[in-house]
Amino acid sequence: MTASFDLNPQNLLSTSEPATAMEIKLRRRGRISSAMRYSVLLIFGLIMLYPLIWLIGASFKTNSEIFASPSFWPKDPTLSGYIKGWETSTPYTFGRFFWNTFLIITPKVIGTAISCTLVAYGFARFDFPGKRILFMTVIATLLLPNVVTRIPQYLLFRDIGWLDSFLPLWVPSAVAGDAFFVFMLIQFLRAIPRDMEEAARVDGANTLQTLFYIVVPMLMPAIVSVCLFQFMWTMNDFLGPLIYLSSIDKYPVSLALKLSIDTTEAFDWNQILAMSVLALAPSLTVFFIAQKYFIEGISTGGVKG
Amino acid sequence: MAELQLKSVEKTYGSGFKAVHGIDLTVGEGEFMVLVGPSGCAKSTTLRMIAGLETITGGEIRIGDRVVNDIVPGKRGIAMVFQNYALYPHMKVKNNLSFGLRLKRRPKAEIDDATQDVSKVLEIEELLERLPKQLSGGQAQRVAVGRALIKHPEVFLFDEPLSNLDAKLRAYMRVRITDLHKRLKAEGRPATVVYVTHDQVEAMTMGDRICVMREGHIMQVADPATLYERPANAFVAGFIGMPEMNIVDAVLMTNRVPHITIGDQTIQVDEGLGERLSETTGPVKFGIRPQHLELCPPGTENALSGTVTTVEFLGHEINLHIGIHGQIFVAVVPSDHLTAIPKRGDAVALKPIGHRIHLFDRYSEENISLAGL
Repeated sequence: MTASFDLNPQNLLSTSEPATAMEIKLRRRGRISSAMRYSVLLIFGLIMLYPLIWLIGASFKTNSEIFASPSFWPKDPTLSGYIKGWETSTPYTFGRFFWNTFLIITPKVIGTAISCTLVAYGFARFDFPGKRILFMTVIATLLLPNVVTRIPQYLLFRDIGWLDSFLPLWVPSAVAGDAFFVFMLIQFLRAIPRDMEEAARVDGANTLQTLFYIVVPMLMPAIVSVCLFQFMWTMNDFLGPLIYLSSIDKYPVSLALKLSIDTTEAFDWNQILAMSVLALAPSLTVFFIAQKYFIEGISTGGVKG
Repeated sequence: MAELQLKSVEKTYGSGFKAVHGIDLTVGEGEFMVLVGPSGCAKSTTLRMIAGLETITGGEIRIGDRVVNDIVPGKRGIAMVFQNYALYPHMKVKNNLSFGLRLKRRPKAEIDDATQDVSKVLEIEELLERLPKQLSGGQAQRVAVGRALIKHPEVFLFDEPLSNLDAKLRAYMRVRITDLHKRLKAEGRPATVVYVTHDQVEAMTMGDRICVMREGHIMQVADPATLYERPANAFVAGFIGMPEMNIVDAVLMTNRVPHITIGDQTIQVDEGLGERLSETTGPVKFGIRPQHLELCPPGTENALSGTVTTVEFLGHEINLHIGIHGQIFVAVVPSDHLTAIPKRGDAVALKPIGHRIHLFDRYSEENISLAGL
């Protein structure tokens, strides 16, 4: 028996010919398999998302309904959770706590972006005495658990007299204290060819001009990622503010949420949930706005390899 | 425009590796100098030292009457075109061109004029609003040249600028760049150029003079014809010319009839050459270009007999690889003149054209056949 194979691409690609029984079978099998894959993904996706959906639903429920039914859809939706939650049991509204969070995050993110870029640029592009040891130190601090440094840091800031101010939250980040970000930017910089920087130097740019006009624009996707991570981590940071801030008027959102649990005997869950939803909003918004920078590979195109 | 001088320039890296061994080179005002050599010969390092992107560990570099050893690249009066073009990816073409001028805070009108001027010369006017990623290789190349041209530098530096282009575009850009150099000269603003390449075709066609380098040493500096006709040593002889020159061990005898022995075969040498080398007798290296070997029937007098091992048909000519005493000679034979194309295994003879023979010292590899010329 001989089998003949038609390798003419035109025939292989043509769809006008009637499909054979084999082809129909294969197509059907493909459809069934993708239907199964998608249903599995959908089910697990929903399981992961359900707490979030429930949270949003429950924030519109009354206190008594929250634990009565597992469904996320409120029977008689109410905004009272939002209204009362916003007022809080303190002399301040939640707006104050959002403002505090903003006051902590903004200088911290800006400081991180600037300081980490400078340090990463130094490590990635220059040779200086002790570079290896210093770089190893940076990596070593990366591996150090955060908790280990809390007490010495607390004592240090107490002695300087920075307790109950935002300074202990800002300053370490503004001097590139987050080794992870430095490391991330170094890795990114290493992948960018030096030619453009050399071209800039030949064009007459000094080191800082090269950094500002050439390196930073190419590094933008990485810097945006750094800012995004720092934003979300600071937004979620509970321990830092808890240790260093003692007056309620300086509390950020993360502490304020806990505050409403502390002060009342019977918890007003719907208020807590409502404020949690609001607390989620900035992170989500910022993430979706900045998302396109991840996709945009600005560093490609200038160099052909 | 200015003269560029390198005086015993050295480069030793921190690891102790010496890349450049005290080279001396003068590039005249308006001259097109090509640095050529195999990879690792430090030609790019030399160029980068001239640019100031690499420090020098010994010697002196002068541009015009200034010693520039410790001057930053931006103040040396140089402009450089990089192998990868190195266009700033986030800037439009016009901003790429004017970046240097903008850093110097020149007036806007002057910058605009200069950008227009350069884009006209390089025919990139319609590309000014584009980003580098929207350019083809050839266009990006022209923008990179434009970025150098706009600064009116004293010395232009090119670092293998054409190696990323396809063969056709490379040939085209080669002509464009040499034309540009000639045009600038004709317009009374001659450009001193140092051009690095590993491609000998670029070197031979573009350079006023060529500097052949090897492992951080200069092997010869000369114009293309001299380099081809009178290579100073076996390295230059082998490096310049396609296919490579045939260089084999031989013995030169100058008593009575001067002759060369290769294996057990003997060929007489030119009387002139014999007289000039009358003092030298003994082991040498015999060199002859593939184009200077005549194909003869086996047994011809003063020819080397051997067997064809490979035949490369190129259309207008044929490269014949011929085994002679275990050594392979390549001969380029015009195909028009042949009645029948030799086949693998055919016995043939090769007759070197007498005055085209080169003899090199067996040990120093200096070209001794040039002695007395």
